[in-house]
Order: sequence, then structure tokens, then C-alpha cells
Amino acid sequence: MSPIYYVTLSVILFVIGGVGVLVRRNAIVIFMCVELMLNACNLAFVAFASMWGNLHGQVIAFFVMVVAAAEVVVGLAILMAIYRARRSASVDDANLLKY
Amino acid sequence: MTHVLAAGPNADAAAVHIVWWILAIVSGSAAIAMILVRRAVHCAIMLAVVMLCLATMYAMLGAPFLAFVQIIVYTGAVLMLFLFVLMLIGISSSDSIVEKIKGQRQWTGLFAIGLLVLLILGIGHAALGPAVPQGAANGTNNLSEIATLIFTTYVFPFEATGALLITAALGAMVLAHRERTVPRPSQRELAARRLASGQLAPDPSPGVYALHDAADRPALLPDGTTSELSVSTVLSPRDVTESPQFVPAEQRVAITAERVERELAQAGEAET
Repeated sequence: MSPIYYVTLSVILFVIGGVGVLVRRNAIVIFMCVELMLNACNLAFVAFASMWGNLHGQVIAFFVMVVAAAEVVVGLAILMAIYRARRSASVDDANLLKY
Repeated sequence: MTHVLAAGPNADAAAVHIVWWILAIVSGSAAIAMILVRRAVHCAIMLAVVMLCLATMYAMLGAPFLAFVQIIVYTGAVLMLFLFVLMLIGISSSDSIVEKIKGQRQWTGLFAIGLLVLLILGIGHAALGPAVPQGAANGTNNLSEIATLIFTTYVFPFEATGALLITAALGAMVLAHRERTVPRPSQRELAARRLASGQLAPDPSPGVYALHDAADRPALLPDGTTSELSVSTVLSPRDVTESPQFVPAEQRVAITAERVERELAQAGEAET
């Protein structure tokens, strides 16, 4: 099966994730959409690795997973801190820096 | 489906096509549902579906190690972390639908279509060859090949990942830490507070009616009245409490006597 199928699916998932980031207001849901985008990138990496017949793409996808895990940990901690201060998980309520 | 996964890239082409289309439709619709559903928990479930589909695709692409890492790390750990935070923040938290920026949805739709067209065109123009015949790299020793790569070519990024993980753990601890604004109350202060409140004993436990022992039934006080204190406060906003009914003492005695009689009769029947 040609890797173009996988890459196309990854593009579709990436765009859906991007729309989710732009449209949703709940910070946790926005985070999940970012995760969806990262997953889509991973799929492209693995598809290209299979196309070239070597493992570099898979190793990069592995690193992306590690970085995503670290990012989720810090991001959710920030979210908890914001929730503690503002009693809300909505991105519209974190407006202290607004003029 | 299992034999397609087990065979990896060497599976039968027609079977791979069928499995791919099933996975693509499921993951695509789950992703669309993810941005449409209101509840954050449903979002998390949809994301789990997408991640599991992608894990299956990794297995089909000859990346069994990544498939399992995807299931264990992403679906297992990262998504559970999301669910933990959801529980802390409030399971019922849903989006506000007030549009703060005018025409945001329309612009987002335009942006999405533009990006999709751009990326698809870019990929369509690129000359992607067919998957090369899989050598030893993607075969049975996928794991050891990846390990070799990580510890030789990519050893420096790997070390940097370690530093990143430590920094992330420290950052999460710092962010989640809460400074005490008031000193911790001592045991003496707690005792004084309890004395001042007028209630020395713990709250009565619920559900001591003769007919019901459910947690939403209030406890009966010695004088025959019911105690609202005994019912958990989380039950009332969820609308599951039944209005506490007062059962007179003689009726309760009668109910208990009837039950004892019935049980005695059953025991007698069993003996004969």
C-alpha cells in the first residue's frame, strides 16, 4: 500500500486538530486537539519511514512522543494553576494580560 | 485483521486496503466528533479511538514498537493524565458558545480548507515512490534496530530528552505546588474549633431505616427524626435524593417483627 494514503490521512487529521484548536474554548479540549495534531505528524513520520525502508522516521516519531508527554505534563500543570486562580478552564477567562 | 497486523508490511495487499479504509473512516470520524462534542470527557474518548486506530496503522506500517508505545504511553498514560485533570477541574465542564472574536468560525473554516488544499496539493505534487521492499530494518528485529539507532546516531537527542523529562517533572511539581497562606492548624486548635461548632461526634452515617439502607436515605436520630447531616452533600445537586420520609416508631417495630417472623418461617421450612 502506497504511503500516500497514510500521509493524506495524516494531513486530514492534522487539519481537524488545527480546527479544534481554533474553535474550542475549553483549554483541556484544545490540548487534546494539539495531541491529535502531534499524532497526525507521527503517522506521517512512520509512513515516510516505511517508504524509505529505514528506521529514522520511526525514531523521530518516538522522540515526538516523548516531547509530547513532557509537554502534556507541564501544560496540564499550568492549566491546574490557572484553574486554581480563575475557577475556570475556559481560555476566554484567562484575560489578565488583556489591555 | 490480526493476520494483517502480524504480517506487518508483508501482508496481503487487498486485506491491507480493507483494514486501512476501515481505520481511516473510524479515525477520521472520531476526530471530527472530537471537535463537535460538547463534553470534554467525550472528547477524550474520541481521542482514544483515534490513537488506537493510529497504533494499528503503525503495526501495519511495520513499526510494532511504536504501535505498542502509542498504546501504552499515549492511550495509557497521557490520556489518563487528561482524564485526571478533567476530574480535578470538573467533569461537567463544557465549552462556552459565546463567540468572543467576530466570525472566528468562518475564518477557521476558510483556514482549514486552505491548509487542506495546500497540503494535499503539496503531497500530490511530490513524487512519492512505492514502499521499498522491507529489509531487515522493518522486520522481526525492529526493536533492536531502533535501539541501535537511538544509542548511536541519535544518542545526543536521547540524552537531551532525558534532560527535558526531568525539567518537565520539576516544572509540573513547581506549578502544582501551593504555598500555604495560613499556618497549618494544630490539633489543639482543631479540637477547640470542633467544640465551638457544637457537634462533637462525626456526622451520623446514612441509611439506617428498617426498609432501606441506601446512602441517599438519612439517618434516624434517637428521637425519631431524620438527620439531614447524614446524607452526602454531593447527592442533592445530582437530584438523586428521595425526600426523607418519617416512619413512626411503632410502624418500624411492626415491619421488623414481620421480617423476623418471615425469616423464622423460612428457616423452619428449610429444616423440615
